[in-house]
Amino acid sequence: MSETATSNASQVPAIEGWFTLDQNPHLIGSQCTACGTYVFPPREGACPSPLCDSDELTATPFSRFGTVWSYAENRYAPPLPYRAAEPFEPYALVAVQLEKEGIIVLGQAPKGILAKDLKVGMRMQLETDVLYREDGIDYMVYVWAPAVQDEVAGGAK
Amino acid sequence: MSDRDLVVLGVGMHPWGKWGRDFTEYGMVAARAALKDAGIEWKDVQYVAGADTIRNGYPGFIAGATFAQKMGWTGARVSSSYAACASGAMSLQTARASILAGFCDVAMVIGADTTPKGFFAPVGGGDRKNDPDWLRFHLLGATNPAYFALFARRRMDLYGATSEDFAQVKVKNSLHGLNNPYARFRKENAVEDVLNSPVVSDPLRLLDICATSDGAAAMIVTSRAFAEKHLGSLKGVPRIKAVSTSTPTYPQTLLEMPDFATDSSAVVAPPARGFKDSICWDAYEEAGVGPEDLSMAEVYDLSTALELDWYEHLGLCAPGEAEGLLRSGATTIGGRIPVNPSGGLSCFGEAIPAQAIAQVCELVWQLRGQAEGRQIENAKLGITANQGLFGHGSSVIVGV
Repeated sequence: MSETATSNASQVPAIEGWFTLDQNPHLIGSQCTACGTYVFPPREGACPSPLCDSDELTATPFSRFGTVWSYAENRYAPPLPYRAAEPFEPYALVAVQLEKEGIIVLGQAPKGILAKDLKVGMRMQLETDVLYREDGIDYMVYVWAPAVQDEVAGGAK
Repeated sequence: MSDRDLVVLGVGMHPWGKWGRDFTEYGMVAARAALKDAGIEWKDVQYVAGADTIRNGYPGFIAGATFAQKMGWTGARVSSSYAACASGAMSLQTARASILAGFCDVAMVIGADTTPKGFFAPVGGGDRKNDPDWLRFHLLGATNPAYFALFARRRMDLYGATSEDFAQVKVKNSLHGLNNPYARFRKENAVEDVLNSPVVSDPLRLLDICATSDGAAAMIVTSRAFAEKHLGSLKGVPRIKAVSTSTPTYPQTLLEMPDFATDSSAVVAPPARGFKDSICWDAYEEAGVGPEDLSMAEVYDLSTALELDWYEHLGLCAPGEAEGLLRSGATTIGGRIPVNPSGGLSCFGEAIPAQAIAQVCELVWQLRGQAEGRQIENAKLGITANQGLFGHGSSVIVGV
């Protein structure tokens, strides 16, 4: 996150339509207009529930806050198509449980947040960070960071 | 024996290793070994059920025909099955269905693989933003060991499991596989060896995680009528009593490869049995047995910690008690319920389409009393448990 604060590079999401890039970013999932169930990543078409025959899903903002279900820390550079920085720095992956959506979403932690900083059950909030930089453009991805903001003021309702 | 039992007449394997040769060469060795073990000839095989390997190009996608041609065309019927790591079990189920439906009496089930070094990465090039397997690498760098690490960390933070507990699984399996002629890694490991190996995806170390291997396994399965005619008596002959290849029931609440997220349980409550529990229990129900009837289990130890998860999915102990069961020695050969007597993936590494077949081969050798150097005394009934990408998994029950 610190890298982007001092950078003049323009920011674009590394994937379209999965998250917002504003001050209080949140994931964008899909919700069934008939039964109300959620799905992530966002998609169109049929409801994922076998009990529902709806074909209409709408984009919906997900809760910005959740709790750690589990986490891992990659100590070796993943293979392509991951674009690892050189030299490679270890980073954490965090699976966060969102209560309202009843869903666990896997994401990276921000640079510098490692396994030793995490615990199952910890409160986390959604942020964004640079995934990789190419031709002066920062390709951004959602990340799960330890919660610091006031959840009522900062949370996506 | 039940009318729906399938007789295993022969099993064969090519040793696991890393040679980079054509996968059909390995398959041919395994096929010939299985035929010899069964005491039949290639021309007697009426149906070839191949397990696909997606890493070897188009001959891998049409595994049944590829192996049939390699052995020499005989006019046999073929099928090719893809179910990721459960492909071998799905091939067995295809052969089983064909035999039990009366379409044929003698089938060969076969799988072989040649694997690249290092992390498994998505197959094929180019940007594929609709492919979750491509995206999980691109956006997250979520390697297979990273998913294994999530499950290991759950055990640590929820149940107090330690790195020493995980290492103890490796120690046990390395002892089991020491004398297995088909195992790739035949070296005793101490707890310190594991703890001194580099961390790959915290909390898992190199020796906690299974390697990728070349290898091949095959079996000859037949109808009861054919086997009785061929052998005279079926006393002591291993039989397939159940094959489960169950998919999850919505909502799937475990975060599994290659997914970014679980299903939602906001509207539909999770099923009473989760995905990996149901793989095992569907097999128990089909065979009419329970965990208390088992002599042994071959489970998919993609990591040491995942072996502990399987103890619980199989009902060998309650959730949170796997470390205790391991420490008690119950899952070591000589204990109450030995797990991975072959040495498991820990000693083999993973040759994907061959692996679920190899698990059944080990049960067969154990049931016949032919598992030299790793024999479980008086083995009568065994189960396999296996998990793959994209909602695949399998469990096979074999008994005498």
